[in-house]
Amino acid sequence: MSDPNIQGYELKPGFRGMAKDTGSDQTMFKGVHWGKAMMWIFLLSDTFVFSCFLISYMKGRGSTPEEWPNPSEVFALDAFGVPVPLLLIAIMTFVLITSSGTMAIAVKYGYEKNRKMCGWLVLATAIGGLTFVGMQAFEWSKLIHEGVRPWENPFGAPQFGSFFFMITGFHGTHVSIGVIFLFIYAYKVFAGHYDTGKRGWFTSMKGDYVEIEILGLYWHFVDLVWVFIFAFFYLW
Amino acid sequence: MTETNNNKEQASTHKIGIYLWIWGLLFVLSFFSYMVDWYQFQGILRWSLILFFMFLKAGLIMAFFMHLFWERYALVNVLLWPMTAIACFIFLMVAEFEYLLFSRLFYFVVGG
Repeated sequence: MSDPNIQGYELKPGFRGMAKDTGSDQTMFKGVHWGKAMMWIFLLSDTFVFSCFLISYMKGRGSTPEEWPNPSEVFALDAFGVPVPLLLIAIMTFVLITSSGTMAIAVKYGYEKNRKMCGWLVLATAIGGLTFVGMQAFEWSKLIHEGVRPWENPFGAPQFGSFFFMITGFHGTHVSIGVIFLFIYAYKVFAGHYDTGKRGWFTSMKGDYVEIEILGLYWHFVDLVWVFIFAFFYLW
Repeated sequence: MTETNNNKEQASTHKIGIYLWIWGLLFVLSFFSYMVDWYQFQGILRWSLILFFMFLKAGLIMAFFMHLFWERYALVNVLLWPMTAIACFIFLMVAEFEYLLFSRLFYFVVGG
């Protein structure tokens, strides 16, 4: 998305361009807003946090001689009296992907300075995220009712509960923070803060639609983490 | 402010179609990975299918939704090379849990 147009600097493509950009004695990420670069660096560090959780889950699950609970039974949901494996998780996955798609299109409309479309799509993303958090709260309370605790559960290896609450809880926290910011940014878009360049309360930088892309990066990252949690925790 | 018009045209580079395509693909891939569980595939087939769909979805999200496909290599490489450290960590911990499981089972059978 970077469209650098730097006077007196010739941009080269590929690895040659990377070497030239890095050694240019100027800003290294050509055409990338500093806020966007910082969001990427933050997401990189967050990747490490989530990786550590998932790796510790792998180690915990791999090293126990006890039977690991079968996720497709634990997370089954009765639909019309028939237990459907992972029904709620599948719906949550689709809701999160839907909200990721609306966010991607919101970023596009943001760069086209289409205030209304961008605002509605950010709002739709926020509502999708809220739905996801609601379903996760339902899932948690259902499992707690069934006796799943961080130290024990009726299905098998006791470690299951601690990994489940830790990993999905940390992810849910990210979603919740994202939802709060999505609502704030939806308001800011509708209020035209990015058209007039009004300074924000959070960074005091001049309002620009690049902020929608930065928020979008965070939101897609939340979706990205869910892809890995879905694969490793619910399907494996 | 004379520049804004030029920037406006440059910035809106991608058609909406690409996002809708990726969106649709993500739905289809998620549906397939759900089907892996639905049909109760087991063993190597299950694990390889899960990993295949997972990496495909992650790649699509990062490349197109997060725009990495269009970013300059200076940014892309800063973000992707640290992942090798995670891969190393995974290999180390796999060796560790294999050994731990072995020693647990061994001493449960043989006794302290």
